[in-house]
Amino acid sequence: MNSPPARTLVSSAQLNRPRGRVLYRVVLTLVVVIFTLVFIGPLYFLFSDGLKSTTEAVQVPPTIIPAHVHPGTYAAAWSRVGLGRLLVNTLYYAFGALFFQLIFDVAAAYSLSRLRPVLGNVIFALMLATLMIPSTVLLVPQYVTVADLPILHLNLIGSPAAIWLPSVANAFNIFLLKRFFDSIPTELLAAAAIDGASPLRTLRSVVLPISRPIIGVVSIFSLVAVWKDFLWPLLVEYGYNPSRETLNVGIFEASSTTPQNLVLAASAMAAVPTLVFFLVFQRNILSGLTAGSLKG
Amino acid sequence: MVATVRKTVPAAGPAPSRAASRLARQARRNVSAHGFLIGAVLCFAFFSWYPMCREIVMSFQQRHLGVTSWAGWSNYIRIFHDPTFWIAWRNTLEFTVLALIVGYAVPFFVAILLNELRHARGYLRCLVYLPVMLPPTAALLLFAYFYDPTYGLFNDILRHLHLPVSQWVQSPGTAVPTMAMISVVIAATWMNMGGATLIYLAALQNIPGELYEAAELDGAGLVRKIRHITIPQTRLILSMLLMLQIVATMQMFVEAFILTNGGAGVNDNTLSVVNLIYTYAFALSGASNYNSASALGVVLMLVLSVFSGAYLWLTRDREGLT
Repeated sequence: MNSPPARTLVSSAQLNRPRGRVLYRVVLTLVVVIFTLVFIGPLYFLFSDGLKSTTEAVQVPPTIIPAHVHPGTYAAAWSRVGLGRLLVNTLYYAFGALFFQLIFDVAAAYSLSRLRPVLGNVIFALMLATLMIPSTVLLVPQYVTVADLPILHLNLIGSPAAIWLPSVANAFNIFLLKRFFDSIPTELLAAAAIDGASPLRTLRSVVLPISRPIIGVVSIFSLVAVWKDFLWPLLVEYGYNPSRETLNVGIFEASSTTPQNLVLAASAMAAVPTLVFFLVFQRNILSGLTAGSLKG
Repeated sequence: MVATVRKTVPAAGPAPSRAASRLARQARRNVSAHGFLIGAVLCFAFFSWYPMCREIVMSFQQRHLGVTSWAGWSNYIRIFHDPTFWIAWRNTLEFTVLALIVGYAVPFFVAILLNELRHARGYLRCLVYLPVMLPPTAALLLFAYFYDPTYGLFNDILRHLHLPVSQWVQSPGTAVPTMAMISVVIAATWMNMGGATLIYLAALQNIPGELYEAAELDGAGLVRKIRHITIPQTRLILSMLLMLQIVATMQMFVEAFILTNGGAGVNDNTLSVVNLIYTYAFALSGASNYNSASALGVVLMLVLSVFSGAYLWLTRDREGLT
């Protein structure tokens, strides 16, 4: 990540001249300072304003550093907004969605890539076609369908399946996984077949172990997607029963009736898990973002 | 598995049954292949393919006292006669254009800048992507706090600079571009620019260095190098992200919804098309109308499919899809 690029707009020779060196130092300092202010600055307020008292949080002019620190605000926000329950709900939805996506999407991509069933190409094309229709456009018919599944006549509204199962219909996952499986050498799979391995056994013992990087990328993005989603959980969970709402929806619903400092403290606590997740998986997330997409 | 089948062939007898066993083997293979597919296919069928067809069907139907009947074009006529339809489209296009000017150009120049730096690269890359990871509610409630006309930080900064204060997202003015929408764009750009920046950065690193060297021998300056090498070399990714960004911004919902606690804002200044769909279908107490909402969804789908079609056409020869 820190290796310098081979050659960019400005040549190293230019930078090594005395004038270039000074200019570079000035630009570097400016960029680091401005970027830190723009991207960390708001986070500073997110965390510090939650420490203010209710009156200080809405005081004119606003204080930059809390005059009196009230750590109790965080505890009050936790119980008032019910963050523990929201967090458990969101984790349950996110990991459930991940579980179903990994099982169904990996199996489908493996089948499309290696088992090549009749009409497989047509099915794959129909899946890719869904990438052209963004999900928000289908909001209403999707909601109506989930409320009364055709043929089965099941109502999934309010059940976690209303979030889990639609998340499986993710053409991008299947596309990424299939492309990776396509690149696995045929000899490796042929060797497994000669040893008498069934397709399931081949998938489990040969394909999955070498597909760890791509499965990591797919998992991270599917967790983040459920974690960040707002409108769909608002409709299918909160709309049914407020106790099943997600973190995003719960804090939003509480925000209009909760003092400003508690809202900020709750938002700050809601941000912590994703920030920690990002710092831990930073390298995978940043490289997955481009490796999954633009290497052509 | 192949080996066992071969062993049984001689025992089974002459040519015709060999063909039959090949057929049986193929059938068995297909059954297991479709078995692997079935879970995903069912999910696509229920939650993607069927709703897509259903949206079109529903947009031509009406529901009255629990009875569904055909309605012809009446849902479309109704939404076209609703003045908020045009306001929502005006706002959405305004957001799209503003978000393109800010959210499309800024990441490109930030990426060019970051690509030139020899230090702190990892730190800066993390910084720009940090807001993308935040739960949108947390980020937007923070911005709503900054935007507050009385105790917000932004007006405090303006007062310190002796500049006139603003109502930000609650600005009542309806002259385009509205201050209300500009405020939404600022928050949305801060939240989302990380992804585009990092994709540009990866594209910039693929430009062969010799091109810049050749340009320098010809005496090209910084601006001409950007114009004649950087931009042409990244044209494909620039145009792909342009399409993706248009499709993404035209679906704007959550930003305005949270910043203005409901999305419409003062004088419907931040009401987006997706928000109008949501309002038609779920937020008009007692008068919810799935059919009008579906008609509006079809209109949005048609507009967006132009852009996603252009995107697919641009990427047709490429392996990558995002």
